[in-house]
Amino acid sequence: MTDVSLGMPQLPAPDYPAEVRERLAADAAQVIARYPDSRSALLPLLHLVQSEEGHVTRTGMRFCAETLGLTTAEVTAVATFYTMYRRKPSGEYQVGVCTNTLCAVMGGDAIFDELKEHLGVGNNETTPDGKVTLEHIECNAACDYAPVVMVNWEFFDNQTPESAKAMVDDLLAGRQVVPTRGAPLCTYKETARILAGFPDEREGAVEAGGGAGPASLIGLRIARGESPHTPIVHPRGEARGDADTEGGE
Amino acid sequence: MSVSSDLSNEGASRPQAGGGSPEKLLAPVLSAFWDEPESWTLETYRRHEGYEGLRKALAMTPDDLIAYVKDSGLRGRGGAGFPTGMKWQFIPQGDGKPHYLVVNADESEPGTCKDIPLLFANPHSLIEGMVIACYAIRSEHAFIYLRGEVVPVLRRLHEAVREAYEAGYLGENILGSGMGLDITVHAGAGAYICGEETALLDSLEGRRGQPRLRPPFPAVEGLYACPTVVNNVESIASVPAILNRGKEWFKAMGTEKSPGFTLYSLSGHVAGPGQYEAPLGITLRQLLDMSGGMRPGHRLKFWTPGGSSTPMFTDEHLDVPLDYEGVGAAGSMLGTKALQCFDETTCVVRAVTRWTEFYAHESCGKCTPCREGTYWLVQLLRDIEAGKGVMSDLDKLNDIADNINGKSFCALGDGAASPIFSSLKYFREEYEQHITGKGCPFDPKKSTLWADTEVNA
Repeated sequence: MTDVSLGMPQLPAPDYPAEVRERLAADAAQVIARYPDSRSALLPLLHLVQSEEGHVTRTGMRFCAETLGLTTAEVTAVATFYTMYRRKPSGEYQVGVCTNTLCAVMGGDAIFDELKEHLGVGNNETTPDGKVTLEHIECNAACDYAPVVMVNWEFFDNQTPESAKAMVDDLLAGRQVVPTRGAPLCTYKETARILAGFPDEREGAVEAGGGAGPASLIGLRIARGESPHTPIVHPRGEARGDADTEGGE
Repeated sequence: MSVSSDLSNEGASRPQAGGGSPEKLLAPVLSAFWDEPESWTLETYRRHEGYEGLRKALAMTPDDLIAYVKDSGLRGRGGAGFPTGMKWQFIPQGDGKPHYLVVNADESEPGTCKDIPLLFANPHSLIEGMVIACYAIRSEHAFIYLRGEVVPVLRRLHEAVREAYEAGYLGENILGSGMGLDITVHAGAGAYICGEETALLDSLEGRRGQPRLRPPFPAVEGLYACPTVVNNVESIASVPAILNRGKEWFKAMGTEKSPGFTLYSLSGHVAGPGQYEAPLGITLRQLLDMSGGMRPGHRLKFWTPGGSSTPMFTDEHLDVPLDYEGVGAAGSMLGTKALQCFDETTCVVRAVTRWTEFYAHESCGKCTPCREGTYWLVQLLRDIEAGKGVMSDLDKLNDIADNINGKSFCALGDGAASPIFSSLKYFREEYEQHITGKGCPFDPKKSTLWADTEVNA
């Protein structure tokens, strides 16, 4: 899909098996009902088909087009515009290292380089076992926790090359990984379903990760005359335990 | 840890900031209970006078409510600083068309990190503000356009909306007022440009996120060509407190033209990165003084007052009041109050190159100056950073940036030009060093979070 292919046009994409189509159609109806105009459901529906197959396939785009009365060209135009839609088979876990300026300078570049070497993959490539896709991402609105790594769009704050490598090792080994702020990781497909607008049904998922992180609270603590947690100049990634203790004081 | 001496070693004898204690300089309102164990729940929000502002709003007529918010002086917190009440007032009434409120929660401007922690810790402040705004503009359907890349926040929004429906703050006949409102939480799919309000509307309509020509403005033809208010998260979330505690209370904070409180986000090579809620007009020096300054042994080199699209400042600007007028008078923009601070280990050319790569990547491609201009800026900057630049490249950079600025379809283009102009203004010598020295004189290892651990250990 990502290559420009000249020559014979492709045959129309195959449809989903009847059972899958029926299930997705029921979901799609719920999504469409949220909007005054059905086309507004296109972005969530692309998340939905991504939750079925792990990436946006031609079959998925055909489904969106038929459901919303659009052409596949119209759907393709949208699907290729947004970076969260994966256009080829990819890993169960999408590991994104922020390399926008602030995170890059604070160590994101080093983390990304070390992860590439550690995993033996380049940008937007997947480990052979299909577990981890690595990419560099743009600013994810957590600059006060730099350098930041996102996995399936959950926050891993104050990372170091060591903490990031240990985290991907856990992912590769199939161990449960818990982000700094947010719920224990689910798979990329499950994440995509939440993005389609279906609330996370897992017990405790909303509460997981607790309240605001330590950096979010620093101004509040100072305003109350409390000492903020000791200014952290050492790697906050490896001192996560300490930060938790301080956060709970 | 003597911050002031670290900071002002070049600026000589600048007066110590304000003289006020941090307790007096800060004003936590939205963040006031973020440290409660379950700060995001309706139960916690109610314990902190949640939805009281809504009751007071519903006791007014919609027009009086708009006038009240306008009188409070609240200005948009998403970057442009447009008066919120005036935006509401632009919505034509009695036109027979549905009206919409769309909350811009597509927080993606590099350095900006206020709305995401706000929604994570206190989503009900936004929802209450939305109900109030919709009552004012006579809207029955509102949308939260949240960037997709923040699933923990999406979870809390789903839950908060569910709670609000259950408690009767959403749905039919809200608090017996006869008003009905539905809120749809909509997750984006990864595109910085969708933070631009008309691109956001196109995206919400299921299209590529590309800006629209204005006029018509969204207030006249916005979502589905109907009158639409697009407001930033923090702007709307500030409304309930204004209603509950009064516009006079609000106006007592900040300055005459920039009243109220706001979230400042400190990040980078500082000892205390994080969120600081304060009256508008606080200075970076005051914020650094109360929070431990720059990381030990380093001094401030350059910083952005409101994200990467706002022209950068240097340590000469530590005492600029961080309000709309103060920052504007000093040659930049308050923007999103994203105070990204970089110390002397950071290469300006590297920083600007990376931002420019970002703008090139995120350019939607609709207009030529931005699409082509950002591409060529990246080529030139990469060459300079790699030691392959020539002196005439610097004028060429300026020239290309000048051909983007003010000539592109939307503000992304102007934003892309800002770091170029401002870095050339303050750090031209550093660019020249890259060219004459045929390479970057900085060691990126020294800028990392962990750089000083080996040395200090």
